[in-house]
Amino acid sequence: MSQNFVLKKGLDIPVKGISELRISNAKTPDIVAVKPTDFKGLAPRLLVREGDPVLCGSPVIADKTHAEILLTSPVSGKVKTILRGDKRKLLAVLIENDHDFNCVEFKTPSNAEEVRQTILASGMWPWLVQRPYGIIANPELTPKGIFVSGFSTAPLAADVDFCFADQFKFIQAAVSALAKLAPVHVSLDACNPEAAKLNKLENCTLHFFQGKHPAGNVGVQISHISPIQKEETVWTISLLGLAAIGKVLVNKKVDLTRKVAVCGPMAIEPSYIVTMPGLPMKDITGQWGTLADEARIVSGDMLSGAAIGPDGYLGFFDNQVTVIKEGREKEAFGWIRPIRYKQFSTDHSYFSWLMPWRKYDLDTNLHGGPRAFLMNDAYYAKVLPMDIYPLYLTKACLAGDIDKMEKFGIYEVLPEDLALCEFVDPSKNYIQDIIAKGIDLMLKEMA
Amino acid sequence: MKPIFEKGGKLYWLHSTVDAFETFLAVPATTTKKGAHVRDCIDLKRIIILALIAVCPAALFGVWNVGYQHQLAMGVTGTFWANLWPNLWFGILKVLPLYLVSYIVGLTIEFGTAQIRGEEVNEGYLMTGFLIPLIIPVTTPLWMVAVATAFSVIFCKEVFGGTGMNFWNPALVARAFLFFSYPNQMSGSNVWIAFKKGETMLDACTGATPLALDGPAQYGTGWWDLFLGTVPGSVGETSTLCILLGAILLIWTGVGSWKIMCGSVAGALLVGFLGNLAGATDIPCYMQLLYGGFAFGTVFMATDPVTSCQTECGKWIYGLIIGMLCVTVRLFNPGYAEGMMLAILLANTFAPLIDHCVTTTHINRKAKKLKAA
Repeated sequence: MSQNFVLKKGLDIPVKGISELRISNAKTPDIVAVKPTDFKGLAPRLLVREGDPVLCGSPVIADKTHAEILLTSPVSGKVKTILRGDKRKLLAVLIENDHDFNCVEFKTPSNAEEVRQTILASGMWPWLVQRPYGIIANPELTPKGIFVSGFSTAPLAADVDFCFADQFKFIQAAVSALAKLAPVHVSLDACNPEAAKLNKLENCTLHFFQGKHPAGNVGVQISHISPIQKEETVWTISLLGLAAIGKVLVNKKVDLTRKVAVCGPMAIEPSYIVTMPGLPMKDITGQWGTLADEARIVSGDMLSGAAIGPDGYLGFFDNQVTVIKEGREKEAFGWIRPIRYKQFSTDHSYFSWLMPWRKYDLDTNLHGGPRAFLMNDAYYAKVLPMDIYPLYLTKACLAGDIDKMEKFGIYEVLPEDLALCEFVDPSKNYIQDIIAKGIDLMLKEMA
Repeated sequence: MKPIFEKGGKLYWLHSTVDAFETFLAVPATTTKKGAHVRDCIDLKRIIILALIAVCPAALFGVWNVGYQHQLAMGVTGTFWANLWPNLWFGILKVLPLYLVSYIVGLTIEFGTAQIRGEEVNEGYLMTGFLIPLIIPVTTPLWMVAVATAFSVIFCKEVFGGTGMNFWNPALVARAFLFFSYPNQMSGSNVWIAFKKGETMLDACTGATPLALDGPAQYGTGWWDLFLGTVPGSVGETSTLCILLGAILLIWTGVGSWKIMCGSVAGALLVGFLGNLAGATDIPCYMQLLYGGFAFGTVFMATDPVTSCQTECGKWIYGLIIGMLCVTVRLFNPGYAEGMMLAILLANTFAPLIDHCVTTTHINRKAKKLKAA
């Protein structure tokens, strides 16, 4: 049954650098990286060697636990390099693109089992993320539901209508196929439900959310639609994932091409590019000169994206590259100044809350030193529209107390849901990291 | 300059101290390492300094009042303006040493423990050190202040892990230490008014606080003097008006919880009213809000975010307990004229239990709702 939710808690960070709705570059990259590090819970087993030819859709990496879970190549060409880190950890497989797009062809599925097999074989399964814990979905399980967030409220997020208006038929095809596996719930922006015509989707239940960030986070939406309890699993998938699966089902080919928003206060001419995951950042920042050294390049949004640096590669799940200034400058008597006009704060001891129209040049400065948690739970809960106690959960994770973590809702959250709590924290703790470690502990103990 | 204080440098053992001064002068150039790449520009220094500014009106008034009470006791006549500077100066001479002792002893221990732990020096003591001289009689000997401060910082805060880890308010623990260890210097009629060497009080006066007198005998019509604060008492606690100014700033900036303040006021009014009904006291219930350390405790001590309740519902309960206990002690315990300190310390002790009950109830209710759905 369709439901409407109005979320009062949350925060839209007013930051400069939103992307203009135009495509500035549509060239596919010469090199693409397939990165197992993008996927939580994947134990990678390499299936190719340097110099091997690959087609678009050929398996490159498999999971050791579930051998049917594959990562496939988004382009055709040749395996150029296999990047390894400490202790020979597999970091990425670099594939040289021959720009021919010779593809592996997949069958159109007719029943639930065939849907599962096609998604697995095409390497699209990792789009399905299983909660609790945010790991790759276990293909042997049947979840309580598959949840999709049809909008993003993250800072400077890519525009849904601009990115997906021409993808409706693929998204619909994917929703109809996934509905054979479990009930599909799609959450839409109540203020703009017609974005990309998503309100016309069939074979799913539509929900409408209105509110500030993190109202667009699928975790927050699930906690209102049907909270995850112990021994329950749900799967989540993004619009990008639906479009990619839809292309396999309709065109029978893997096509991970997407519109990516290059944004942020330091981005030069913030706009969109058409590219694919594994895009080397050098392709974007190559022309920026020394600017790239002063900036932090983030694959994803500025609250929970990964800092990949100028030598990194676009993440599998991301359609946003955020460029922020590294805040390596001291600010004399910053904390005691009555007004810090250029800084943003939600706290009423500053005055940015009186100027809601202003946008800020946020940088990566921590604005203080790490301290023990001093403020109480409500200070953090004001930016988290979920029925949990964020500080209690964080402290339970710090203490490694499994019982309390369960009680305070570890099954319902991923680190990204508490990103705003981390943003507003005056004690400057790394709350997302604490939650991530708590989740790792749960995974270890529950295995 | 800095490398000698960094790891491997000769003076590395002083790095916490250097870092404390450096970060006091400027927001450091530290950048985020993981998670959220951008951060709100609020930090604990800002929050603590705001709380400190909120206490300033009460502290300044307290300094003047020390002089004013001395003026009354000596029978000096003259207009308010004529005596303003002499009263202030007298107050400064008496209160400043208390501040010096409180800060020197407390900060030395804070810096020392930060060095031992290898952490940054925490700014929490700036607030504690500011409160201690305001909640004790102005005549408290300095060595006692030093001992009480050291006891409180070490045994109430540092042994638990420093600021943010303590469950009692350190300033109140310092006062409780003095109250139980040296009762003669902390209560009675002779401790609230400071004198110069050799001076004695006029016979017509009494130095007792209004609470000890149990009524407005000495202070004319009563409530107006009590509201303004021109009565004897601990340095910062007398002026309800100045404390209200602080309360407005605390609530405006969200540093202090209005729920705790309102709960405490409601609790005090309720027990005061019941006391009236039962015939335990003739004092109207609203006067309980003006007497003694009630207002100061409610606004500046009970709202300490570390030692108060964490949950919103818990804050109401916690506030109510403080207000009710304070007035209960006043009405029914002949041994203690004032109950605010003990009420807050007891509520501090029970705050985690209150939170536990609130969170458990919430979780059980949520589980029931989900089961039904």
